[in-house]
Amino acid sequence: MSDEWLIRGASIAGGEAADIHLRDGVVAAVGRGLAAAGATVLDAGGLVALPGLVDLHTHLREPGREDAETVETGTRAAALGGYTAVHAMANTEPVADTAGVVEQVWRLGEQAGYVDVRPVGAVTVGLHGKQLAELGAMADSAARVRVFSDDGFCVADPLLMRRALEYVKAFNGVIAQHAQEPRLTEGAQLNEGEIASRLGLAGWPAAAEEAIIARDCLLAAHVGAALHVCHVSTAGSVEIIRWAKSKGWRVTAEVTPHHLLLTDDLAGDYDTRFKVNPPLRTQADVDALRQGLADGTIDCVATDHAPHPVEAKESEWAAAANGMTGLETALRVVQLAMVDTGLLDWAGVADRMSVRPAAIGRVDGHGVPIAAGAPANLALYDAAAPAVPVDPRTHASRSRNSPFAGMALPGAVVATFLRGTATVLDGKATR
Amino acid sequence: MNRHLISAADLSRDDAVLILDTAAELASVAGRPIKKLPTLRGRTVVNLFYEDSTRTRTSFEAAAKRLSADVINFSAKGSSVAKGESLKDTALTLEAMGSDAIVIRHPASGAPRRLADWVSGRVINAGDGTHEHPTQALLDAFTMRQRLGGADQRGKGLDGIRVTIVGDVLHSRVARSNVLLLDTLGAEVTVVAPPTLMPYAVETWPCKAGYDLDAELRKTDVVMMLRVQQERMSAAFFPTVREYRRRYGLDTGRMALLPEHAIVMHPGPMNRGVEIAAEVADSPRSTIVAQVTNGVTVRMAVLYLMLGGAGEEIA
Repeated sequence: MSDEWLIRGASIAGGEAADIHLRDGVVAAVGRGLAAAGATVLDAGGLVALPGLVDLHTHLREPGREDAETVETGTRAAALGGYTAVHAMANTEPVADTAGVVEQVWRLGEQAGYVDVRPVGAVTVGLHGKQLAELGAMADSAARVRVFSDDGFCVADPLLMRRALEYVKAFNGVIAQHAQEPRLTEGAQLNEGEIASRLGLAGWPAAAEEAIIARDCLLAAHVGAALHVCHVSTAGSVEIIRWAKSKGWRVTAEVTPHHLLLTDDLAGDYDTRFKVNPPLRTQADVDALRQGLADGTIDCVATDHAPHPVEAKESEWAAAANGMTGLETALRVVQLAMVDTGLLDWAGVADRMSVRPAAIGRVDGHGVPIAAGAPANLALYDAAAPAVPVDPRTHASRSRNSPFAGMALPGAVVATFLRGTATVLDGKATR
Repeated sequence: MNRHLISAADLSRDDAVLILDTAAELASVAGRPIKKLPTLRGRTVVNLFYEDSTRTRTSFEAAAKRLSADVINFSAKGSSVAKGESLKDTALTLEAMGSDAIVIRHPASGAPRRLADWVSGRVINAGDGTHEHPTQALLDAFTMRQRLGGADQRGKGLDGIRVTIVGDVLHSRVARSNVLLLDTLGAEVTVVAPPTLMPYAVETWPCKAGYDLDAELRKTDVVMMLRVQQERMSAAFFPTVREYRRRYGLDTGRMALLPEHAIVMHPGPMNRGVEIAAEVADSPRSTIVAQVTNGVTVRMAVLYLMLGGAGEEIA
């Protein structure tokens, strides 16, 4: 495999077709009619070239739940989805709340070599919400942690949240909050609305998310710290974040592909593939989330890729695990929900799936627009590929819990390059 | 009829009326010296109960046995379920033993729906979490038709009958199934509850909703009192049992507001002195004992129609 590539005729972030010359891990040149004697030529006519995608929210499950996913299988799935960097969430077993665990995850990512793995550190010891984890030690470790989150659980104690927001300012960190007021969501199973009411499932009210987001925006403003809101799922949350941003506060937010496309009525037959936290909401929420992502209120798309073994979903609804896989379908879902609807162009996709998440995650060398001198992290995407039904059995992820199974999604990731080396070619992992 | 009976919404008006008519015919069997029919001889019905409910299990058991079916009672306690076997594995095990129908009671809403995906036999929901209890709604409808209708009720629904369902509607599978079935049969349903126990989005249900019990009692043909669980108090759904009784309990004073012909129902088990006063439960208006009797005949009708095949003559 050559590490020198000449990509011919790709539309850079949806712009005019150009050649891209990759050499020594960087983009050597961009232009028309480039020549490079030693390079492998890849005909990319009709393809869109995007800076390598960056996921702020991935569950790689290792250490501890290697039956669901490993760093290797999860990062291979990421590369196949066009990603070159992912943030590995902290809810592993043991929890990533020490320098030792985050360094282990980071090293496993280096060994796998598909994408850069940036571990997320737990905010509190054991995700228990009682005592701050050694955030500084994780920041200073080889893993250079900058994003901290108790994802799966909300940092519900307002004083602890304030302290965490303040504390990470010392090393330019950010707290990524799973916004879920715990008392308002005791036993909650599905969006509190018509469907949950009919199904007799305990409701997960939108207000339980919005109340925490509003509180945290105020706290972040008060201490001048950076807040990132994980998986925003309601129209009200979008409004609150829009308001906080209008004040100039340091608030950023992400939305998942599934919340951009799916609604709670899919749970009507208790199909546990659609059980996720925060839950699928209503079409009005989906519309507001799309609008928020289009106008930049929501900064980025993050997958919340949450693999689970078959038995974790093959049960009655209340006993089933929350979560859905998403790395291998994210870009296709975004095309369907945002591009094909005219809400976002490919430059916008590059911004929301690469540039902004890299900035929020403080990931050097990623999220850099494709131009001479930029690191050679990029994805080639065929937006014209006909829509075909998703078949999770073909996924590289070790788990099969895709909510998009059987759903026709357009587009295909053709190739992914990490620092000039192809991790994906012809839609297949290179190893 | 659908393959399974999981929700009252699975029943069309014709289905529901057929069940009620069949139950009326079967009720005559109960008066005979020998109460048994040979209809389901050789068939096996499994009662798969993940919650203690002697009333419902016994009712299904009696119904199946009167139709000569073999009955296996499988309760979660003392079985492999207690050792952590999944619902799916338990279902496959029971089916491998030759069950033709599984009657399931489960604390999780939707468990019967999931079960139906894993087995080839029939699934009958005997109450799932806070979702539904369709055979309870059928026996309630049967009781209403029996008590409020004229001599020959064959083929008839409950058109124009006004039904008020009172209490913990939010957590009630009885209320959910009744609202759906009674609407299908043409009744006009109103649910009354403190706002904390009113389901979210109740305006999307096929019924009216209100907070004022006295106002509804004056214009109803049926009042159905739901069991209120005292642990709801600790979750701040209402302040005290005393206050609940005062605002939503049916005592003799409130009963006097009812029209002359109106009946009082309760799915049981009752909390006497909480949602219903003893004098009311024991009054001639009360159909509570008749509901239990009708439970057996209605469940016979359901089993007969689902397993015996319609068209077969009832001997």
